[in-house]
Amino acid sequence: MVRIELGALPPSFATTPPRYLRQEEAPAHQFGKVIMPERSCGLLLIGVAHRHHPTSGCVGNCAEMPLLADPLNLNRLKPAEGRSGNTSTLPNAAMEDAMKYLVIAAGLLSTTAAVADVPELTVYTYDSFVSDWGPGPAVEKAFEEICGCDLKLVGAGDGAALLARVKLEGARSDADVVLGLDTNLTAAAKATGLFAEHSVTADYALPVAWDDTTFAPYDWGYFSFVHNADTAAPANFKELAASDAKIVIQDPRSSTPGLGLLMWVKAAYGDEAPVIWADLSDNIVTVTKGWSEAYGLFLEGEADMVLSYTTSPAYHLIAEEDSSKAAAVFDEGHYMQVEVAGKLAASDQPELADQFLSFMVSDAFQSIIPTTNWMYPAVIPAAGLPAGFETLVQPGKSLLLTEDEAASVRDAALDEWLTALSQ
Amino acid sequence: MADCAQPVSPRLGIGAAVLVAALIFGTLAAVALRAEPGRGLGSSDWAALRFTLIQACLSAGLSVALAIPVARALARRRFMGRRVMIALLGAPFILPVIVAILGLLQVFGRAGWISDGLSLFGLEPVQIYGLHGVVLAHVFFNLPLATRLILQGWQEIPAERFRLAAQLGADARDMRRLLEYPMLRRIVPGALAVVFAICLSSFAVALTLGGGPRATTIELAIYQAFRFDFDLGRAALLSGLQMVLTGAAALVAVKVAVGEAFGTGLDRPLQRWDGSTVTARILDGFWILLAAGFLLLPLSAIALSGLPGLGALPVSVWMAALNSILVASLSTVILLLLALPMAAAVALGRGGMIEVAGILGLAASPLVIGTGLFIVIYPIADPFALALPVTALVNAVMALPFALRILVPRARAVVGRYGRLSMSLDMRGWPFVWQVLIPRMRPQIGFAAGLVAALSMGDLGVIALFADPEFATLPLQVYRLMGAYRMEAAAGAALLLLALSMTAFWILDRGGRWHAEA
Repeated sequence: MVRIELGALPPSFATTPPRYLRQEEAPAHQFGKVIMPERSCGLLLIGVAHRHHPTSGCVGNCAEMPLLADPLNLNRLKPAEGRSGNTSTLPNAAMEDAMKYLVIAAGLLSTTAAVADVPELTVYTYDSFVSDWGPGPAVEKAFEEICGCDLKLVGAGDGAALLARVKLEGARSDADVVLGLDTNLTAAAKATGLFAEHSVTADYALPVAWDDTTFAPYDWGYFSFVHNADTAAPANFKELAASDAKIVIQDPRSSTPGLGLLMWVKAAYGDEAPVIWADLSDNIVTVTKGWSEAYGLFLEGEADMVLSYTTSPAYHLIAEEDSSKAAAVFDEGHYMQVEVAGKLAASDQPELADQFLSFMVSDAFQSIIPTTNWMYPAVIPAAGLPAGFETLVQPGKSLLLTEDEAASVRDAALDEWLTALSQ
Repeated sequence: MADCAQPVSPRLGIGAAVLVAALIFGTLAAVALRAEPGRGLGSSDWAALRFTLIQACLSAGLSVALAIPVARALARRRFMGRRVMIALLGAPFILPVIVAILGLLQVFGRAGWISDGLSLFGLEPVQIYGLHGVVLAHVFFNLPLATRLILQGWQEIPAERFRLAAQLGADARDMRRLLEYPMLRRIVPGALAVVFAICLSSFAVALTLGGGPRATTIELAIYQAFRFDFDLGRAALLSGLQMVLTGAAALVAVKVAVGEAFGTGLDRPLQRWDGSTVTARILDGFWILLAAGFLLLPLSAIALSGLPGLGALPVSVWMAALNSILVASLSTVILLLLALPMAAAVALGRGGMIEVAGILGLAASPLVIGTGLFIVIYPIADPFALALPVTALVNAVMALPFALRILVPRARAVVGRYGRLSMSLDMRGWPFVWQVLIPRMRPQIGFAAGLVAALSMGDLGVIALFADPEFATLPLQVYRLMGAYRMEAAAGAALLLLALSMTAFWILDRGGRWHAEA
């Protein structure tokens, strides 16, 4: 089933253009969407359907419909998902004619009118978020249903590379929201002056109190080394370093898990951290740019363990019904990660950005997180945590540096890491 | 000289040379001004320097050491397909690095053919990430180059010398002592220096096959300072270091490349009496097969694994392919606009400075120029919007030294032969260029254009700095697909890239020769 989005009509077609109507506020005559392949130009008409508000029944005055089409909506062509309930009434002939005319008009106009006529919200995030199996597709669908906008999720490397990317682009950035930093980076991110305050509030289920006014959290987890359940796991970093287990880790300069590991060793061992790294260096097969690459290498059998999260085995358990992966519990405690998003001050869509951040802590977004991002949600969804999460290991002790502590030890810890690993 | 009558003014060429020099020195100056000695070079940067030198030494040493027996075998033997084999040795030069890396991974990777073979015997799979992977890839690229350089040395020994040696009863050992070792002593240092200089500015290989801080080259460190930390000061400092290294290596390469030649012969067909023994035949056959296998296996691996993915390539790959074609076309145009006037000016006797400007591209690394351009552009415009032209420009400047080597000799010959005649017919300026110079240089122009188009199509260097998440050239897209473990799509895209590069080269080279026999 497809939706028809009317738009890009000359002013004479649209006397009262409703801007970015939320679906639930839609007036009776907001009836459909034009379906065309995304980014297509010209007359690529896949199908026409009409959808009317369940409470309104516009069949009687369908002739008016063109007048109420939203001129700001253009040629987004998407399959309409799960809308069959709304489309049970067949369009009558007059309406079909009107629709065809509009589709043709929209098609012709779309060759000249810019796609940007639909407000577009650009969110920079990490690669695994936008992957087919990540939260990206579901989040995009859920948000576009309520925002009347085009949500563009752009994968820009792993978390720490995101911040570099934003710094690199400065105020020129196309991005409106950056999603995927964590508390180890928020201080550095704020220091750039590129982020604006948010007004998001929620009943957070985080293990720490949240009073950051620039960044809002969306999920959290404990870092952990994931290994095959049939092999014995070391009980701490020293045992790991003494063993001949091969591990894959991420680069702390480009990846938030990599940076988290740096902080983990620093928080657990302080001045002894360089010794731990030196001992670990012969266990490290390779250092990847991001989490995706590292986890991919581990799954391909290139290493015995990979730095990931205590929640990662849930993916194998729930999505693949495979209980062969386990997270090692270290007796030094586990470093925590709280993943956050923030709005860029230079955004050209500040209202949409705010709407997205509020959406991010809402049930619609939070219920997607556990089984796509495989992290603990920042707000417990109405349906609770999915079955299988109760089987995950709980660290005996959790570690977390405050954002200022993390910022102050980062450079020194990074130098220690580079020195130990480049020998 | 300025008063001397010339069929065409060298002014355009001088202008082009000044532009190139301004671009390179301008970006270097931008880098130097921006470099912040504040934090200085940490121990990891020195490790990067050490790794860069070690891998370049190993790569140069291994490439040349292996090239010597291969070149000797090719020089001694005449067999079916020898010409094809020698032509094939030129292919890695225009082979996109990322394609070769994917091919090497297929053959030598942990899940590759060699590892599969080893596991049949219960042996551990080979490990390709790290120093040995980087060196392996460099040997793959530079063994053919070194072989061609050394083969040329062998072919420069006149056949009469071998005949004389054979008449005097010299056996294989004496031949080596009397003829081959002196030749190698002259050729090998140059080959070593060239390969060493090329490996110094290796970026794509270290990016994909390096294993973290332990296997980081300076080029890669520049990229990391840029992309991970957005620390332009540090990137500039590292660029300065890289500049000194590549500049020194290029100087050395140019210096040692000259030497005393053997003199001329009568171009009689070469007969090698010392190579007729069975052992010599087997040995030569072994080296030729080994070299051919080493070069062909990764390429066939790409063809085999890429074909199934070719049908279902994601749209992003086609978009990236379009970008690559645009970059390659633009690069070719820029290159010809720079190189032709420069070649003409050199042919008119304005050599010196122009040739130096042409060689500058060898001494500067793409990432250094990229960093410099970024620093210059950043305050005025959006560098990411300029990704395409910047990549095209840098690629053109990088290919300029090669293009000039192709164009200059022919331009000299044409100006020498037709210059005075044209003057006496009062054909000066454009009529001379259009009707005399360019038609006669067409094959060389086609070859140079084909080379730059192929190089530019496959380049994964400066684009890595300038691409935003939504813009990619085909090599970068292949790299991204590899990072996302979409190996099938990556192999398909790599095959597409290979086909595009080779087609671009073939069309332009062929176009230059079309009806040019007369």
